[in-house]
Amino acid sequence: MWDYTEKVIDHYKNPRNVGSIEDADAVGEAGSLSCGDMLKLYLKVDKNGIITDAKFQTFGCGSAVASSSILTEMVIGKHIDEARKITNKQIVDALGGLPPEKMHCSVMGHEALEAAISNYYNEEITISSDEEIVCHCFDISKTFLENEIKSNNLKTLDDVINYTKAGGACGRCHGKIKEILDNINNQQPKQEKLTNTQMIIKINNIIEKYISPELRKDGGDIELIDVEGNKIKVKLSGRCGMCNRSQLTLTHFVEATLKEHVNSNIEIVQV
Amino acid sequence: MSDSKIIYLDNNATTKVDERVVEVMLPYFSQYYGNPSSMYELGGKNSKVIKEARERIKEFFGANSSKEIYFTASGSESANMAIRGVLSADKSKNHIITTKVEHACVLNLCKQLEKEGYNIDYAGVNASGEVNTDEIYNAITDKTALVACMYANNETGTIFPVREIAEKVKTINPKTKVFVDAVQAAGKIELNVKDTQIDMMGISGHKFHAPKGIGALYVNSSTLITPLVIGGHQENGKRAGTENVPFIVGMAEAAKIAQEALLFENTEVKRLRDKLEKGLLSRIYNARLNSSAQNRVPNTTNIGFEYIEGELILLNMNDYGICASSGSACTSGSLDPSHVLKAMGVPFTALHGSIRFSLSRYTTEDEINYTLEKMPPIIERLAKISPYQAELTELQERKGLK
Repeated sequence: MWDYTEKVIDHYKNPRNVGSIEDADAVGEAGSLSCGDMLKLYLKVDKNGIITDAKFQTFGCGSAVASSSILTEMVIGKHIDEARKITNKQIVDALGGLPPEKMHCSVMGHEALEAAISNYYNEEITISSDEEIVCHCFDISKTFLENEIKSNNLKTLDDVINYTKAGGACGRCHGKIKEILDNINNQQPKQEKLTNTQMIIKINNIIEKYISPELRKDGGDIELIDVEGNKIKVKLSGRCGMCNRSQLTLTHFVEATLKEHVNSNIEIVQV
Repeated sequence: MSDSKIIYLDNNATTKVDERVVEVMLPYFSQYYGNPSSMYELGGKNSKVIKEARERIKEFFGANSSKEIYFTASGSESANMAIRGVLSADKSKNHIITTKVEHACVLNLCKQLEKEGYNIDYAGVNASGEVNTDEIYNAITDKTALVACMYANNETGTIFPVREIAEKVKTINPKTKVFVDAVQAAGKIELNVKDTQIDMMGISGHKFHAPKGIGALYVNSSTLITPLVIGGHQENGKRAGTENVPFIVGMAEAAKIAQEALLFENTEVKRLRDKLEKGLLSRIYNARLNSSAQNRVPNTTNIGFEYIEGELILLNMNDYGICASSGSACTSGSLDPSHVLKAMGVPFTALHGSIRFSLSRYTTEDEINYTLEKMPPIIERLAKISPYQAELTELQERKGLK
């Protein structure tokens, strides 16, 4: 059984805004019956561009219904251009999370919203005839995959399957998907080379913003002493300085945070 | 969901352990715990107990001799032991024939064997889920080591003519071995293996009210298999490891009870299954019977609810304590819907909304009535969420139901 959050359960048990809008100003669809899930989203937009009503119809599992339901709640009252900024990650967050295998439900919600807004602006959705289809089981194009990989920062084949369903059935396209993943992940800008002064400023900013506030909660603090390449010398103060778990704090929190924001080669030295 | 009311209609997944089975097992945990291979009475007595259990399982298979019975830990192990066992014993052949609708323990093993260099042919099924036997016969060559075909399908309950298949296979190539996965047939129909040309047959205890973690494999005396698990001399040197005495005793008891209950399964359980099936089909306009095969195990029905997705149906059934399973993609690890229903050509309008109901001798009339009362409003409510309103209305009008 899936480990659904209470929010997901609430939304599939009592879905909000089910149905259609006869005189909808925008309609968007995503998915298909043969693929196992399909969502139709209807929007009513007033003359100021505010979404005054939204309704949905979904063929799909519990998390697909929950994603659709919460999406309607998220867009009602928003300007259509604001609604356009909603990402699939925001849908997931609003639901309190989805099991990894179900992330594609949020992607489908996002896709239907995008389709509805394009429909509102009468934008042509150009599907070029030579569009390369990567996954034939679910009819998923290379362009779509590339967009989802970039916007959701997908790293592995499983990520791609969970978010887009591509490769989730027969598996014949796994090689192709890995190739696309490699191309994108190698293309990403190389970590910029910082001068020592730039590095010190950057690290100080991160300490101020992410690290010190947390340590202060426990009555401690941290001070940047010196930077030599990737070697960051720091001094713990206050209660942290006396704490026998300070080494854990350094590696699990300070170093991990800096690795995330600066680069993965960071090494913390306590002085 | 409250624990108070559970309507368990998922007996092809696993079954409740019979209390009588639990009772006979208990002394073998802390009282008679000796190793059957030991030279003192505490252990040595247990080798007699195992001998008796083997005798009972022999009766259950309808085999000639208890020497043809090996205890395993599961139906999956039985299948692996049989298939790999035969292939390793005769390396001169590299071809296997099976069906598209086998259980994963055979299908995924075959996929692995393909990687190891074996050629595999997969016979298809018709719309009722009956195997196209000619596809099996036509594929046989002098290189065919094995035909692996299930006795009854876990999703549809369709019974395959394994007796006839084995006979025909042997007339085409007498050296080809036949393995039958009888996991879903055991306890539902008579196995009677001794009157057949079947060489090997596997069963799993937890499908007939024994605990999980115990199974058996029948291998006739003229078939040579190489063991998978090497070690001690247990199971006549074909499967090493100290015998799981309490579970072996439990499965033997369950087999005895199941054999006595066969008539009940084929009358009373079948009556309730038919009542459920007819009731759902007549009360729910978008219900579709996925396998209408005449020859089905008495406890199983598989019904597709068109334009609604299966996981959503199960989640809503769960609110009423009704347990079943679905061929929907969303409930499996894979994103692909049931390979069985796909092979049968079940239309995709019903493929993702297919629910398997499987009863047991514990299922009561009240439970079936309750299910028949709860299912129509569940489906009606979920149909309202579906984007395929026009198609649903058309179905409703065509069936002339409200």
